[in-house]
Amino acid sequence: MVPQLSWYLALSAVLFTIGVVGVMLKRNVISMFMCIELMLNAVNLTFVAFSSFFRDLSGQLFVFIVMTVAAAEAAVGLGIIITVFRNRESLDVDDASSLRL
Amino acid sequence: MIEHNLLSVIIFAPLAGAVINWLVGRRLRNERFIGIVACASVGVSTLIAFYLAFNSVGALRSTQPIMDHLWTWIQVGKFRADFALAMDRLSGVYALFITFVGLLIHVFATGYMHGDRGYYRFFAYLNLFMFSMLTLVLADNFLLMFVGWEGVGLCSYLLIGFYLDKDEAAPAAKKAFIANRVGDWGFVLGLMLIFFKTGSISFFDKQNYGVSSALTAISGLPIDGFTWHAIFAGGVTSIAVLLFIGATGKSAQIPLFVWLPDAMAGPTPVSALIHAATMVTAGVYMVVRCNTIFTHAPTAMFIVAIIGAATALFAATIGIAQNDIKKVLAYSTISQLGYMFLACGVGAFIAAIFHVMTHAFFKAQLFLGSGSVIHGMHHEQDMRRMGGLRKYMPITWITMCAGWLAICGVPIFAGFFSKDEILWKTWSASSFVPQGFNKALWFVGAVTALLTAVYMTRLMVMTFWSNERFHASSRELDHEAHSEHHHEQVASHHPHESPLSMTIPLIVLAILSTIGGLVGVPYALSSLAGGHPDNYFERTLAPVVSHPNENMTTGEATSEVHWETPPPQEIDGKPAFGPAHEAAGAEHAASATELTEERLFTLISVAIALVGIVIGWIMFQRQPLRQMPRLLENKYYVDEAYDAAIINPIEVTSREGLWKVFDLGVIDGFLHTLGRTIVDLGKTFRYMQLGFVRAYAAIILAGALIIIGYFAYQGAQLLMK
Repeated sequence: MVPQLSWYLALSAVLFTIGVVGVMLKRNVISMFMCIELMLNAVNLTFVAFSSFFRDLSGQLFVFIVMTVAAAEAAVGLGIIITVFRNRESLDVDDASSLRL
Repeated sequence: MIEHNLLSVIIFAPLAGAVINWLVGRRLRNERFIGIVACASVGVSTLIAFYLAFNSVGALRSTQPIMDHLWTWIQVGKFRADFALAMDRLSGVYALFITFVGLLIHVFATGYMHGDRGYYRFFAYLNLFMFSMLTLVLADNFLLMFVGWEGVGLCSYLLIGFYLDKDEAAPAAKKAFIANRVGDWGFVLGLMLIFFKTGSISFFDKQNYGVSSALTAISGLPIDGFTWHAIFAGGVTSIAVLLFIGATGKSAQIPLFVWLPDAMAGPTPVSALIHAATMVTAGVYMVVRCNTIFTHAPTAMFIVAIIGAATALFAATIGIAQNDIKKVLAYSTISQLGYMFLACGVGAFIAAIFHVMTHAFFKAQLFLGSGSVIHGMHHEQDMRRMGGLRKYMPITWITMCAGWLAICGVPIFAGFFSKDEILWKTWSASSFVPQGFNKALWFVGAVTALLTAVYMTRLMVMTFWSNERFHASSRELDHEAHSEHHHEQVASHHPHESPLSMTIPLIVLAILSTIGGLVGVPYALSSLAGGHPDNYFERTLAPVVSHPNENMTTGEATSEVHWETPPPQEIDGKPAFGPAHEAAGAEHAASATELTEERLFTLISVAIALVGIVIGWIMFQRQPLRQMPRLLENKYYVDEAYDAAIINPIEVTSREGLWKVFDLGVIDGFLHTLGRTIVDLGKTFRYMQLGFVRAYAAIILAGALIIIGYFAYQGAQLLMK
């Protein structure tokens, strides 16, 4: 049977939700990051699905941009994580709360 | 109406003295400078007052008042109050004795207050008092008089509480001010009611200023009925009763007299000036000034007479049992003020003013004399520790004898003529008091006169004649301790006579107490020596109590008087209560029987006085420490009764109710809750800034969800269409 658009969108939504929940509930910084990547990729899936079904290339163009941004962000973010890890010896995001009021 | 700018100098000279003493005297701290400035400023007032009163067109010579319009103070619609002064016969007499006795007391005080740290403060307040009192008597409308009224109350407070280190001074000052204030409530309401009824609050007509007299307007009104209902009816009787409430506060009558004995905590010159000669007579001044209002309100006159007589007797019974020399004189003042109001209540206004004047002389004399005694005894005030002082303080003794004989009512001394006049007028009053009552009032007055003689003789005997007790140790006398002086060591030196600055005023006042009454010798006596039907004093003050609207001869009175309710008594078909001029000392054909009756009563007064002196001598010369009834010594527990009935409930309500429940609970509670709410809000919002990364993520998510939800909602709406 031919996959419907709604299936792709549903899958993308599920992936996105898993990513959101993971960002909120995971304490390990690397895990949070992986969930962020998951959210980005879920969005990518949505764009590609729409591009395929409506035969419009701008969706796939957008995916390019999103991937670029994701890569750059991963690089910078990992740099920050390594620095913070060097200073605090911990990958627990709850420990990085010195900006509290 | 005569305009004379010199009038305002009378009131502004003491004010200038007060300001100079306060600002400059405080720096210089030179007693001589302060004393000279204070006495000179009052001296200027005295000279001007005498000049304005006695010159050829002076206040006591012409029938027109001397006016001085300074500026228009308030003019709102119909309400007009000017800062304007007026010296007519009544205020002229008052101004004369206020300034003169005031001057003598200022001179006395320069000696008495010597060495006190607050010398400049004392004289500044004293001068401020003179300014206020003179404003009171020289004012030409009710509101300016009220300014002076309040001013003297303020200065009384300042001066009673003058001794900063005396424990009982500050509460006494507060008590005086608050009791005065309760009276002022009545006064202000009366003032407002006068404005409502007549549209004016001025005493005099001033055509070129467009001001009409409230008193003339009231004299055109019909006389109120003699009913209790009239008091609350909002008419002339209500006005009179309200004004009289003000007078009871200022002049220490029942029920507001309780402040005056406590006021003796102030320096003795203050007691002499304020609480004997001047401030307490302001109530009498006001009643006489408003005699039109009172004579149109028979119920009010009745109340005035009853309260006056009751106060006189009540205070005399307390005075006989007091041991502090100043307290005896304080209760004596209350009692004599009762006489003055009794006179007003029976319509004898001129007699009341006569007694005010003679009382100023002899009471100031007695107070200053007691001040001299206290000074000489090194601030001992308890008479039980005095005795035999005539050897050590002869001048004080002789001068106080003059005051003593005057207040007892011994002939040719001043008090005799005025007191006798009041008693005679009470007995013979045909108007304003129902017939049986005036005899009863005379009896009360006579008993009071007897008691007066007894307690004054007691005072003199205990102080000057009996055995010397000032070396006795504290244990032998009553155990009550004195707050200002514990005699741990016996006074080792003898009492001494006072310096000249104190004895000269005593001598002058003694002379006045002796001869001051001769201006008011009644016709009954002066006719024996070929005198005039109205004596000098009566002729001087007659215009004050006669009124332009009542130029009726006695025969036509009935047809012109309107009664709101039928009068209670009828004599020969005419109402028993006639219009004012019948009883106010205007000339009436005195028949021979009346004169004989008057002479008889004079003899009775003399007899009462002499009997009283003899009784006092016999009772106290041998036994000066004779114990008087405890009830009287404790002043019938009046203060305790007031405390229990009024003061304590108010205090408890204020503390428990208003303070704890409302101030702390509601207002502070509201503020605390407000603060706590904001802090709690802050605590909630703090979670946004925890530095807690996952919280930030959650917030971002929430925000995103809201925006997506909004668009989804919009889309769903579109789909539905």
